[in-house]
Amino acid sequence: MSRIHVNTTVNGDAVDFLCEPDETLLDALRNRLGLTGSKEGCGTGDCGACSVTLDGRLVCSCLVLAAEAEGRAVGTIEGMAEGEALHPLQQKFIEHAALQCGVCTPGILVAAKALLEKNPDPTETEVRYWLAGNLCRCTGYDKIIRAVMDTAADLRRA
Amino acid sequence: MALDKQTAAKREFKVVGTRPLRPDGVDKVTGKALYGADLTAPGMLVARILRSPHAHARIRAIDTSAAEAAPGVKAVVTAADFGAPADEAVRDVLVNCMAHDKALYDGHAVAAVAAISEAAAKAALKLIKVDYEVLPHVTDVDAAMKPGAPVIQPGRQAETVGTEVSENVTHYCEFGHGDLEAGFAKADHVIERSFKTEATHQGYIEPHACLASFASDGKADLWCCTQGQYMVRNLCSQIMGMEASQLRVTPSEIGGGFGGKTTVFIEPVALMLAKKSGRPVKIVMSRSEVLRATGPTCSSSMGVKIGMTKDGRITAGHAKLRYQGGAFPCGTVEFGAMAAFAAYDLDAVRTEGWNAMTNRPKQAAYRAPGAPMSIYGVESVVDELCQHFGLDPLDVRLKNAAKAGTKASYGVTFTDIGLSACLAKAKAHPHYTAPLKPGQGRGVSCGFWFNFGGDTCVTLNVNSDGTVSVTEGNPDIGGSRASIGMMAAEELGVTFDKVRTQVVDTASLGYNEVTDGSRVTFAVGLATIKAAQAAKKVMCQRAAKIWGIDEEAVVWEDGAARPSGPNAGQFPPMTLAEIAAVSSQTGGPIAGHHEVNADGAGVSFGVHLVDVEVDPETGATKVLRYTVFQDAGKAVHPSYVEGQMQGGAAQGIGWALNEEYIYGDDGKLQNPGFLDYRVPVASDLPMIDTVILEIPNPGHPYGVRGVGETSIVPPLAAIANAVSRAAGVRLTSLPMSPPRILAALDAAHPAAAAE
Ligand code: FES
Ligand code: FES
Repeated sequence: MSRIHVNTTVNGDAVDFLCEPDETLLDALRNRLGLTGSKEGCGTGDCGACSVTLDGRLVCSCLVLAAEAEGRAVGTIEGMAEGEALHPLQQKFIEHAALQCGVCTPGILVAAKALLEKNPDPTETEVRYWLAGNLCRCTGYDKIIRAVMDTAADLRRA
Repeated sequence: MALDKQTAAKREFKVVGTRPLRPDGVDKVTGKALYGADLTAPGMLVARILRSPHAHARIRAIDTSAAEAAPGVKAVVTAADFGAPADEAVRDVLVNCMAHDKALYDGHAVAAVAAISEAAAKAALKLIKVDYEVLPHVTDVDAAMKPGAPVIQPGRQAETVGTEVSENVTHYCEFGHGDLEAGFAKADHVIERSFKTEATHQGYIEPHACLASFASDGKADLWCCTQGQYMVRNLCSQIMGMEASQLRVTPSEIGGGFGGKTTVFIEPVALMLAKKSGRPVKIVMSRSEVLRATGPTCSSSMGVKIGMTKDGRITAGHAKLRYQGGAFPCGTVEFGAMAAFAAYDLDAVRTEGWNAMTNRPKQAAYRAPGAPMSIYGVESVVDELCQHFGLDPLDVRLKNAAKAGTKASYGVTFTDIGLSACLAKAKAHPHYTAPLKPGQGRGVSCGFWFNFGGDTCVTLNVNSDGTVSVTEGNPDIGGSRASIGMMAAEELGVTFDKVRTQVVDTASLGYNEVTDGSRVTFAVGLATIKAAQAAKKVMCQRAAKIWGIDEEAVVWEDGAARPSGPNAGQFPPMTLAEIAAVSSQTGGPIAGHHEVNADGAGVSFGVHLVDVEVDPETGATKVLRYTVFQDAGKAVHPSYVEGQMQGGAAQGIGWALNEEYIYGDDGKLQNPGFLDYRVPVASDLPMIDTVILEIPNPGHPYGVRGVGETSIVPPLAAIANAVSRAAGVRLTSLPMSPPRILAALDAAHPAAAAE
């Protein structure tokens, strides 16, 4: 099997890499581009720890082939803060103690950001269903849901 | 170290009890924090592990020659590469990491390959030929205990075990006091029930991962996600036959553990592959490997018998607990037997426990190990007795609650405990009197955990710019850098932002026990406070030197050294920053440290209240409302205390309703993935309300108790009691998945089922 040369955009930067035909986007991000913020909790699309956006759409990067990123725009947790300035969701997660171990946090933040871009005024139920694909084993979700709702309220006021 | 209760109760805290932002927060929300799988090394190889497809099989031979010759392969290991550690428990850990003469469960590691790429390693695994002789297997605890059951490991039975059970039964234990027969005779009603609970997994989102390197001079380095770097060092150095000082273990950030990362699975394998290949080796488990081969809990089969008078006084309690802890001897049933009746002040009580080996993965600790099952059985029978007499379940628990002076069924006499306070708070909470609709039910349960202290070591350096560095040896699994830093700031009288807490490798600090037993905030906190006190003593000496007065004539108050007694007011106070700035002129750097085997952890009680709705058509249960009441001693960072209470409750809800290890007749695990091993997701749960009670622990200078484990104990019975009341039929088997609830409903209403 010969490798595939992929040209793509990650967090706004044009990058390229060589990957195996069966390599996942998650593996390419982590092992070829050094972006280890996206985590592998399952590799089967069940935990959401690997959540990224592909042309703005929320996906599990463990279920996307690296070669599919050709010509598209990938957004990862590493692109969420602007320089030193955290995204409001990141700030609220810290303020609300919405993380314990923090391994689910990158995926949940990427997913929550995608939600608020689609729906700036979600109900608690909408947040819970949107994040149902992102497992957190530590928090019982309570503080996560509050942090997302609180961020949404702040952003609506801003 | 006894605490003056008056001072603790009255003490005004400045930092402790506030909610500062956690110091590792930014790293963790930006993706910068490095977890087990996030590190790479130059020249690194990737390893994969071959696992047994059989539940029980003799390994006649393993031929690795083709794999060794495969392209890109740099090393292959099997059990033959390892020696036999002298210590039996360490030998069990090794055999669990790499099967010796038998594969003991589906997924048991048999061989491992390190290669230049994951693809090369995977391809090489297929070339390893294992000659198995398949043996009869057993995965159910009751079946494993029967004489004539397939024997997992012969010769592992303790002397206390009788001969009427199979050789798989490794442990027997017994606790209690009083005259059971007389106690049951005094009861107006006695209920005896059998219960079963399935094995669950800790379910941390981060799979086990490690990176090992081994130099030819015998020095090795290991990076891994673990609850205890010193435990990893001690186990791995014994397994590798090396001195502890030659192995440095650095803990990564840890993506959850809950007890499941208190042992090793892949670390010795990575070290041996690194040694053989001369290259750094990384191993990352897949989710299915995590479920098949790392620590689930015990499953259980129990009998509980309780007698009660019609006014709600418990006259006697007896529990028989049968746990299986996988293919190795396991003492967890002892914790279950000790904890079962801990919430009650009883004249006659007895618990007995048996552990049996089965063809399942070696049990690993899971949050309050052993207690959730036994307390589920007891709290279910207490609830049924309340229903029988038409008594209020909280009143009955208040009437029988253990308190200071109660002799617990496991022998100790309790000091100050918060059980009655939790029960009273629950009774007064609006949740308890909120109306319920038809089809809904409310459940209550108490929970208990012992809490531990143990070996702990902390160094605290006062830097010349007036900041403070705390060095500790327990991975931060849920905000402990924050709570430890807060206690240092409190004791020194500086603001929290002046303190930075580091979790360090095994070469940088003395031994610390693993992050378990809810010990860290208690024991590391205690050592931090003592280390800060030692540093304060040095700072008072330095101030005395500067002022030219006796060091006894200097006290530390409000973050500064002050002259006292006849010298009071003679010199302006010197702050920590002022003393630190001139430390070089007064005797050199300033530090404090403390080493202790901490006791006095203080037991922990909680009470959970839950409302559920059961759909009689589908058997599905919806959790509508949930409130946790728990005694935290002193809550150092209340947000993270709440987080422990909520997280434990959510895990308990999963255990009660969904989660289970399902084995087929072939002895293979049928659901090794998050799709079929279903942990609660956000849309399954309501908000989880918390009420923190603060009954100071006499064993800690600030009154702190561990809070991490108790919260997983009550949900099993609280939900079972709620479901049983909602469905109108007593559920006695966990998880209460829809098919089980439908079966219970059908059994209770055969006419309706026939329609
Ligand atoms: S790793 Fe992609 S969903 Fe779990
Ligand atoms: S914070 Fe640990 S899994 Fe979510």
